[in-house]
Amino acid sequence: MGEEAILRAEGLNKYFGGVQAIADLSFSLRNGEFLGIIGPNGSGKTTLVNLITGFVKPSSGRVIYRGEEITRKRPYTIAGLGIVRTFQMVRLFYNLPAYKNLIIPLSSSRVKRLRGGAYGERDDVAVDLLDDMGFERDSFVPYKLAGSLPHGYLKRLDLARAMALRPEVLILDELFSGMAMSEVASTLPLIEKYHEEGLTIIMIEHRLKELFRVVDRVLVLNYGQKIAEGSPQEVMNTEAVKKAYLGIEVDV
Amino acid sequence: MVEAEARYRKKRLDRGIKVRADTIFAIASYKEILYLILPRALPVFGLLILPFVLTDYWGKVLVYACVYGLLALSWDFLASCGLFSLGQAFFLGIGAYIAGALSYYFHWSPAITMPIATLGGGVLCAALLSPVVRLRGVYFAMVTLMLPMLLMKMIETTGLLGGAQGLSALKPLPKGWIGGYIVVLVFMTCIFSFRRLINEDYGLVMKAIRDDDRAVMSAAINIYWRKIQALFLAGATGAFAGAFMTHHYQFVGMSTFALDYSILPVAAAALGGPGTFAGAALGSMILVPLSESLRALGGMRIAIYCGILIISVIALPEGIFHYLERKYHQFERLVRVG
Repeated sequence: MGEEAILRAEGLNKYFGGVQAIADLSFSLRNGEFLGIIGPNGSGKTTLVNLITGFVKPSSGRVIYRGEEITRKRPYTIAGLGIVRTFQMVRLFYNLPAYKNLIIPLSSSRVKRLRGGAYGERDDVAVDLLDDMGFERDSFVPYKLAGSLPHGYLKRLDLARAMALRPEVLILDELFSGMAMSEVASTLPLIEKYHEEGLTIIMIEHRLKELFRVVDRVLVLNYGQKIAEGSPQEVMNTEAVKKAYLGIEVDV
Repeated sequence: MVEAEARYRKKRLDRGIKVRADTIFAIASYKEILYLILPRALPVFGLLILPFVLTDYWGKVLVYACVYGLLALSWDFLASCGLFSLGQAFFLGIGAYIAGALSYYFHWSPAITMPIATLGGGVLCAALLSPVVRLRGVYFAMVTLMLPMLLMKMIETTGLLGGAQGLSALKPLPKGWIGGYIVVLVFMTCIFSFRRLINEDYGLVMKAIRDDDRAVMSAAINIYWRKIQALFLAGATGAFAGAFMTHHYQFVGMSTFALDYSILPVAAAALGGPGTFAGAALGSMILVPLSESLRALGGMRIAIYCGILIISVIALPEGIFHYLERKYHQFERLVRVG
């Protein structure tokens, strides 16, 4: 590979009681890479995101970010290092105007460090960010209550919340679930743009067509185990993936 | 009447002074200036004048109401970041004993002991409660409920800091109205500065921690450090009230850890309307004089007091202040239909 891995997982295991959600999982991610993670429901995709971002502590194994172990660090420390996630079920503050939702990441010490003191008012930065993301400032969309916005906007607001932290690794947990086709079509170019600008992205997605268009590499999970890894074409031609993901029976 | 009802209906409008952003006001006339300033200026003037017009007895009640008001504000501030405390007596007692000990053993004047007790009390409260900031809801409440009892029993059994007798003959506050004025001024300063703080970005993050701490954590904010900061501010507010009481009565004893000081502030905030600070202040300005004026009734006093509290919580669950605020911004008129 040549380039050093920005994020590496080594032998991750996670048990919830007797259930093994993640089984001896290792993978690495190059700087600037776009990795897709797919797998059937309950295969451990979201658990993997929780393990990387510190929301859940692994039973064993290590997560290494830029040569530093982050396995036992707290979620806010990991986010402060630049590994930022979105949530499958968006976690927003519905009683606040949309742009006020961005004040929370914008008042973190990470943003203070990166932007410096004289970067203008947080409110303006927040509205600018949302305007870039298709919240039309001229029709006052950023000023509307988050609770009054349609689902597609909420997903994008969650993405904006993550981008406000200026992430170095962005983890998108089923960003497109519940989005209309037109909303997906307008959000996908944004993510491609971030990737072209050098952002490392992990994307968990059920919409394979859209995912395969943008990712460099795919990792397939089933019952918490890695069953395949490689380019989209390679992965989808693997017998194990066909069996697990597409439900095709294969004689043993 | 029936005819009038048929042809008129009530129309309710929200007054629209606010323009888009919270911080920008478009003010067109002196009426609008008064509309904004009066609800703030009138209570301030009232509180500043009251110490001069009240009798000696009711002046003491006012001071007492301010002390409870400070505790209610401190409770409301903690609640705004999701820490529900049942131990305001802990804050009060720590401040009272710091000021009392400094005055008793070193003979320092209130001008020195009160600032030390305020800051030291804040630091001490934050430090002692920092191990439990990870607890939420009823678990945090249980710990805070136990702490004042723990300290009370420790002082009683070890005999330290005067033991069961307490420390007496402490340095007094300046004679006359100045002493009472200190607590009134600090009380008002706290209302307005807490209200300002909670509407800034800082307060927005605090309220976000209360609503969804995982979302705030994923925004790279150390929620435990924020909660410790809130504990410091709330602790310092309560500790000031305690230090003031110590010098006001020239005595400090185990009674500062009494359950009353923990429960009444919560009742005041619930009655007045939590989350606004003005509500907590209003609540204590109602509850304390009410409880004093019922004193003549003897044993029935507590029963009536509880009854009033229950009725008000059921009838106005949002709290008095929320109700008044809403009504103030609305105006109703009859409009002819057809």
